[in-house]
Amino acid sequence: MIRRTWFPIVLGAALALALAFLALPVIAIFTNTAPGRIIGKLGDPAATDALRLSLETSSIAMAAVVAVGTPAAYILATRSFRGRSAVVTLVELPLVLPPAVAGIALLAALGPDGILGGALRTAHVELVLQTAGVVVALAFVGAPFYMRQAIAAFGAVDPSLIDAARTLGSSEAASFGRVAVPVAAPGLAAGLALAWARAIGEFGATLMFAGSLRGVTQTAPLAIYDRFATDFPAALALSAVLVVASAGLLLAVKLVPGRVVLAGAAR
Amino acid sequence: MRDVRSTTRWTAAAGLALAVFAVGACGGTSRSGTSPSRAKAHTLTVFAAASLTTAFGAYARDFTTARVHYSFGGSDQLAAQIEHGLKPDVFAAANTQLPERLFAKGLVSRPVRFAANRLVIAVPARAAKVRGIRDLERPGVAIAIGSPTVPIGSYTRAVLARLGPGTRTAILRNVRSQEPDVNGIVGKLTQGAVDAGFTYATDVRATKGALRAIPLPRSAQPVVAYAAAIVSGAAEVPAARAFLSGLLAGPGRHDLQAAGFLPPPAASSSTR
Repeated sequence: MIRRTWFPIVLGAALALALAFLALPVIAIFTNTAPGRIIGKLGDPAATDALRLSLETSSIAMAAVVAVGTPAAYILATRSFRGRSAVVTLVELPLVLPPAVAGIALLAALGPDGILGGALRTAHVELVLQTAGVVVALAFVGAPFYMRQAIAAFGAVDPSLIDAARTLGSSEAASFGRVAVPVAAPGLAAGLALAWARAIGEFGATLMFAGSLRGVTQTAPLAIYDRFATDFPAALALSAVLVVASAGLLLAVKLVPGRVVLAGAAR
Repeated sequence: MRDVRSTTRWTAAAGLALAVFAVGACGGTSRSGTSPSRAKAHTLTVFAAASLTTAFGAYARDFTTARVHYSFGGSDQLAAQIEHGLKPDVFAAANTQLPERLFAKGLVSRPVRFAANRLVIAVPARAAKVRGIRDLERPGVAIAIGSPTVPIGSYTRAVLARLGPGTRTAILRNVRSQEPDVNGIVGKLTQGAVDAGFTYATDVRATKGALRAIPLPRSAQPVVAYAAAIVSGAAEVPAARAFLSGLLAGPGRHDLQAAGFLPPPAASSSTR
């Protein structure tokens, strides 16, 4: 009897500590400064510029990630070929890259002196220190979150559904669009929400690749860093907005209707 | 028997709790995260301006009193961390205003000036787009400067103000990034992301030839003085004192000179 009771207590204590440790800093963002002052700080044009830029760049980045990532993930989920797992690992790699490494990598690839720097210059495509560069950075760090989830979601679609569609005369494009995507939609939506949350929070790669200029490349996390030194309540106010946005996205993942196959569970 | 079991149970739970707290505390405060080797018994924690990275790195090797752990960054960010309760032993800033502000709040001891620097226009060594200050006004020239709150950014704005409103507006129009510290400006330059930036002379020297310095007109050159202070409630006060005196006359002074820093300007700190 006694032997049975000590372990649940340890478990409970661990949970209580973990909760306190994880929740306290988040709660402190909202309680450190009077709410009225926080809301007042959001009227600051520089803060609204940063939030608007974050929303715009992350939306464009996510649109690109969905447009390219969905069919790419479909191939990886439905075809087996030599080196498939190596390709999947490559797709997932940015997931675990430190942000500073992501920034250096983007500069080395797409910067003025990077591998494709000359080609971009010839094509008159400017990324570094431009809003387009922010989009690239956000897409780079966000895409693996979406694609990983999309591969898992497509992998969980019952192949007999696709086969049935094909037997009934659907082209592969039609069975992808009318069967696979609708069936996998909850998983795709969950992946999109996670990718979006990661993109909204991006800091290091953005600063290194795109710089920090109000209205052009200064996203909300960069604006928070900028304000920390001079205007702590303003930094808290922007932080609070990001917490709410991120929590909303996480909640969306949890509330997505239907059965969501989380990446890693399948295959 | 039952009491022993019960004690064991609580000891286990308490031990776990302590372990979690210890892990949490370490994660929150340790900067380097590594346990120091015991060659030097004490560890001195120093918050220092990003522009001191090279010189202070050398000084850490020459400083015999204690091991030195640095946190380099924008002086304004470091000052804000101290204002929010972080307690390094020494704060070394790229201006005198930030340490004086903390001194006025009782957060640090009276600051001492320990070095001076010059502002320059830094350009990539192999690029020819910017050859003089006039070129900064040309449309299409990309410039990186410091954000307004970091010392390099406020010195830069002082320079621009002295160049006259027309020049100032034309240069500011070409600013493509406002970096949180001077290392960010240097990075944008060495990566070729911008054509020019306002940095300290020592930053150009530290790139070992990657960047070239274009001097500013004498009339536009601001006074750039570095000041350091011991943080109130520092854990290692004797070592902190030794660190500061070594900066004024000792190995630190030598390392600063080797990195291109100038002697501190005539002290006007007595006027404060």
